[in-house]
Amino acid sequence: MRKIVILGAGTAGTMMANHLRKRLSSDEWGITIIDQNKKHYYQPGYLFIPFEIYKPKQIVKSIKKFIPNGVDLVQERIEKIDHENDKVILSNGQEFDYNVLVIATGTDIAPQETEGMEGSGWRKDIFDFYTFDGSIALRDKLRDWEGGKLVVHICEMPIKCPVAPLEFAFLADAFFEEKEMRHKVEIIFVTPMDGAFTKPKANEKLNYLLQDKNITIVPDFNIEHIDNENKKIVDYAGTEVDYDLLVTVPTNMGSDVMERSGIGDELNYVPTNKATLQTKIKDNIFAIGDATDVPASKAGSVAHFEGETLLENVLHFINGEPLNEGFDGHANCFVETGHGKALLIDFNYTQEPVPGTFPFPGIGPMQLLKENRMNHMGKMAFKWIYWNMLITGKHIPFIPAQMSMAGKELD
Amino acid sequence: MIGGVPVQVNDEGYLTDHSQWKREIGDAIAKEEGIEMTDSHWTVIDYLQEQHRNEVPLSVRRVGKSGVIDIKGFYALFPKGPLKTSSKIAGIPKPVSCI
Repeated sequence: MRKIVILGAGTAGTMMANHLRKRLSSDEWGITIIDQNKKHYYQPGYLFIPFEIYKPKQIVKSIKKFIPNGVDLVQERIEKIDHENDKVILSNGQEFDYNVLVIATGTDIAPQETEGMEGSGWRKDIFDFYTFDGSIALRDKLRDWEGGKLVVHICEMPIKCPVAPLEFAFLADAFFEEKEMRHKVEIIFVTPMDGAFTKPKANEKLNYLLQDKNITIVPDFNIEHIDNENKKIVDYAGTEVDYDLLVTVPTNMGSDVMERSGIGDELNYVPTNKATLQTKIKDNIFAIGDATDVPASKAGSVAHFEGETLLENVLHFINGEPLNEGFDGHANCFVETGHGKALLIDFNYTQEPVPGTFPFPGIGPMQLLKENRMNHMGKMAFKWIYWNMLITGKHIPFIPAQMSMAGKELD
Repeated sequence: MIGGVPVQVNDEGYLTDHSQWKREIGDAIAKEEGIEMTDSHWTVIDYLQEQHRNEVPLSVRRVGKSGVIDIKGFYALFPKGPLKTSSKIAGIPKPVSCI
């Protein structure tokens, strides 16, 4: 019996367990998935918890529920990947040999990377919304916050769901307006990049949103430390931004299993071929989703589109065939803009987001790079698609894995 | 024309084709930015170009962790927005997000 081991039972790992079990005979291939966590979170929902658009219980289910029959789920902490001997070692000493390894350990926040972030203000006036606990703590804070300077802040790139901080700022604008206290809140968006929008078309089409919503941008800000006592963030050039409430996206890092195994980059991401998803560590190790260092967005839609290439390539590898350079960096993301509207963006490694219609050229019903209600409904419907189709490896109609130019408007 | 070499740049003055880059171009862009290039500057530029070839997304912190230079040193060499300025000199795109 040959063996596939999948590390991580989040979006990408769960999806691959489902894909691979359908395609490989149980007589020939054992599949094991390892994750110490018991709960599977619908991570796009974290954005909505602080504003009470979703309740916490709507975005959490058991990991076990989505692991198919015929796949062994092991819920222990992973100590190390011994890639020279093709085995995974767990913290309890258990060892799992593999013929093929799929790394899907994702990315997580690392607040400890910024001096002062976990100081006296952490979860009092400094919050993240990239974790279940963080988004609930922030919800509780917003319930009786009386206003002041709200600073929405990105520490450094890359981060999971790069549009989420902007969405947070847009939703905050709408939230405080609905609470009839927008006049008491100043919203400041602080970014290490040179603006809120960094791609030419997006900047041209969307810059009005910042003015309309009265959001101030502080660009080129590389945080050095947080001064908890005086409530300010300070960057390496000495620039200071005061806050009453800091909502920050801490540095994102891959799993520390990579560090212990000596295979990650500076941020513990796994060096991976961007078209085949085979890692540069060893031929029998593949990686998918947020865990890789490929220059695609870290997002569930990307993991979904990668899944098709990865499935094919694991099968090619097993059969001794050449790998398919199929993954094009495709991402498809809804961007909430508040008041029941959203944008949709569809792009890949080489094509920046542009206006147009999606998925049907000229018809839509979704509109690219433009706000409308249908896009928002798409985002809301996505939760059902996620639980019922995406992570169980079902085909999502009309949305091919490779980006299509149909419906896109170019100059 | 930058540094006597014909090159294509975008609206913000970043090279659109890294293969056109030559050291004279880097020198000329640096002068425009008010920077006199030294060996330490070039060491950083070499590192950035190597990362670009490997398609590694760059951040100020990643440069700081690279062992090539620490963040304070990076700011000392390229004071006004170090990653933006050094990327421009290196002939690689500025750091971007997805939109």
